[in-house]
Amino acid sequence: MSAKIAFDEVEVGTELPAKSFPVTRATLVRYAGASGDFNPIHWNEKFAREVGLPDVIAHGMFTMAEAIQVVTDWSGDPGAVVEYGVRFTKPVVVPNDETGALIEVSGKVAAKLDDNRVRVDLTAMSAGQKVLGMSRAVVRLA
Amino acid sequence: MALDQSFVGRTYPPTAPYEVGREKIREFAEAVGDLNPAYTDTEAAKALGHPDVIAPPTFVFAITFRAASAVIEDPQLGLDYSRVVHGDQKFAYTRPVRAGDRLTVVSTIEAIKSLAGNDILDVRGEVHDEAGEHVVTAWTKLVARAAAEEA
Repeated sequence: MSAKIAFDEVEVGTELPAKSFPVTRATLVRYAGASGDFNPIHWNEKFAREVGLPDVIAHGMFTMAEAIQVVTDWSGDPGAVVEYGVRFTKPVVVPNDETGALIEVSGKVAAKLDDNRVRVDLTAMSAGQKVLGMSRAVVRLA
Repeated sequence: MALDQSFVGRTYPPTAPYEVGREKIREFAEAVGDLNPAYTDTEAAKALGHPDVIAPPTFVFAITFRAASAVIEDPQLGLDYSRVVHGDQKFAYTRPVRAGDRLTVVSTIEAIKSLAGNDILDVRGEVHDEAGEHVVTAWTKLVARAAAEEA
């Protein structure tokens, strides 16, 4: 495994390049097919409202997959991620229009660990709300 | 209705092997808009030290969640699956999942709690390859919302 970022060049507080991810209903349908998660709350507005949601929501695992890209784009090697965990705090509501929703992800190095590993804390926001909590990844650097 | 605490610690038999296909990895990477060549280009993956293309870090959830479904739909447990939401998710990797892997999952119920009428279930999925080597552990927290919420 070979990350492109050197452990020695990173300090606690180092900010990773932020990324924004647009999400439309089409994105969710595509993710449903790729992941095998066909829960109708992610594509059927009528069903979503019947179970008390404001509208169709993105899969939590979709948001989790977007957020880690801030880490893997930075480190270069997705295989360098050794741990990754999140809490799903708020749903990403995806309106049925052309713009849909936007997930904005930022990250910074929170701790330097042994064995060239660092802990990155991620923040994921959508519509002004934090959609992931305790979002942390441990990645092994070069 | 509180779930039966006697299920804590219960381990379910290993799932049948899931064969990780390179086109499935490509489909998943495209669906999450991740253009890292390690997912689609064997040479790029090899340049990073992997024997073949690897899967994005959350890919394995499709496999562990299917395994966990067998647990949470166990009629003896009595979880109301229609009320279940995903609370937390965590992965710890020994190595990345890669094309050609044949993965089996052993699911264990780690904890059952009842909080404000919600049933909270923690399931751990241990994922091993065909050689029996550990690949990744997935922890999934599921919350079955209290029925009273609809009243």
